[in-house]
Amino acid sequence: MIIRFFHQMGSPRYFYNVAGKMIPWFMAGFLITLVLGLYNGLFVAPPDYQQGESYRIVYIHVPAAWMSMFIYVVMAVSGLISLVWRIKMTEIIVISSATVGASFTFLALATGSLWGKPMWGTWWVWDARLTSELLLLFLYLGIIALHSAIEDKRVAARAVSILALVGVVNIPIIHYSVEWWNTLHQPATITKFDKPSMDMSMLIPLLTMAISFKLYYGAVVLMRARAEIVERERNSRWVQELVEKEAK
Amino acid sequence: MNPIRKKRLTLIGLMVAGIAVATWLALNAFDENLMFFFSPTEVAEGKAPTAHPFRIGGLVEVDSVKRKPDGLTTAFSLTDNAKAVTVEYTGILPDLFREGQGIVAMGQLNESGIFIASEVLAKHDENYMPPEVAASLKTAHDDGVKNMQSRVQ
Repeated sequence: MIIRFFHQMGSPRYFYNVAGKMIPWFMAGFLITLVLGLYNGLFVAPPDYQQGESYRIVYIHVPAAWMSMFIYVVMAVSGLISLVWRIKMTEIIVISSATVGASFTFLALATGSLWGKPMWGTWWVWDARLTSELLLLFLYLGIIALHSAIEDKRVAARAVSILALVGVVNIPIIHYSVEWWNTLHQPATITKFDKPSMDMSMLIPLLTMAISFKLYYGAVVLMRARAEIVERERNSRWVQELVEKEAK
Repeated sequence: MNPIRKKRLTLIGLMVAGIAVATWLALNAFDENLMFFFSPTEVAEGKAPTAHPFRIGGLVEVDSVKRKPDGLTTAFSLTDNAKAVTVEYTGILPDLFREGQGIVAMGQLNESGIFIASEVLAKHDENYMPPEVAASLKTAHDDGVKNMQSRVQ
């Protein structure tokens, strides 16, 4: 069942139709969790014992930073599948994810900087965590630039997939930078194997925001992938029929 | 899996493994330079540079913060619970600066072994909790300490 679903999703036409039906659900889920997460995070959750109200930027910063790494891993895995199996849909996923990933990385860097000024006393330091996250932003920008520099979409997808795979070594570096080296950035608050070092009342809105950002990514990547499909398949019959139907 | 795909997969695997090894070697070679700061113990052992400025990180020792009469200069002792270094800083301290707090200071050692800081940054820890929880944790801790002491006597 699941294998058949993936096989069918490999067909751009099928993907286009299913994605079209999924987008409203992702969007609705995103908006609901966004309102819940922001309201609970900004108004309901108690202030921090040390940072007071300023810590609330965590509700944007941490989910954005998680997304910046998550999206990159999605791109690297799709890139691997595109290179080995030459599946059109995964090629489309790689490039459709790049701009969203870059935006989340920028958001994580910008919010971190805004928080760093009052808390640390500086906008920016060249410690291992901040530097590796900045490198991730450059990787995203490099992928976007490389893709737009190559005319042939399939060649471009292959080049971009290789770059995405090369850059994937940076992901464990970002994650472990705070443990391997002395950094100004604090170690992880929430880890899989340990009890989180955050009070429950603050943690739940944070996780809500993380789900919200994931749903947002889902909606945006599907929208971008649909646009990319229509552009790539513009000469095929089903796209032309679709255009005629829309025109009426 | 057909042989062409298998070959591609192996090639990609080799490429990623090669890059991972190269990165690991490079990071290992940089090792010390990637450390954002030195600890007071490393400074005491003479591992920190003396000729040029460096960063030192540790906890501000409790009851060690003293303000100089000029109103801007602060002196405190920075510890890693093993060794301590006296730090002097003239300027505005960050919000999170307080006794017992982790900080990172940029500066240089003078002849008498005092670290003259040109910049003090607060290092935040990974703990987030409401003030009431922090207060009850502190009371519980104090009670625990009192219990221990009464048992010893």
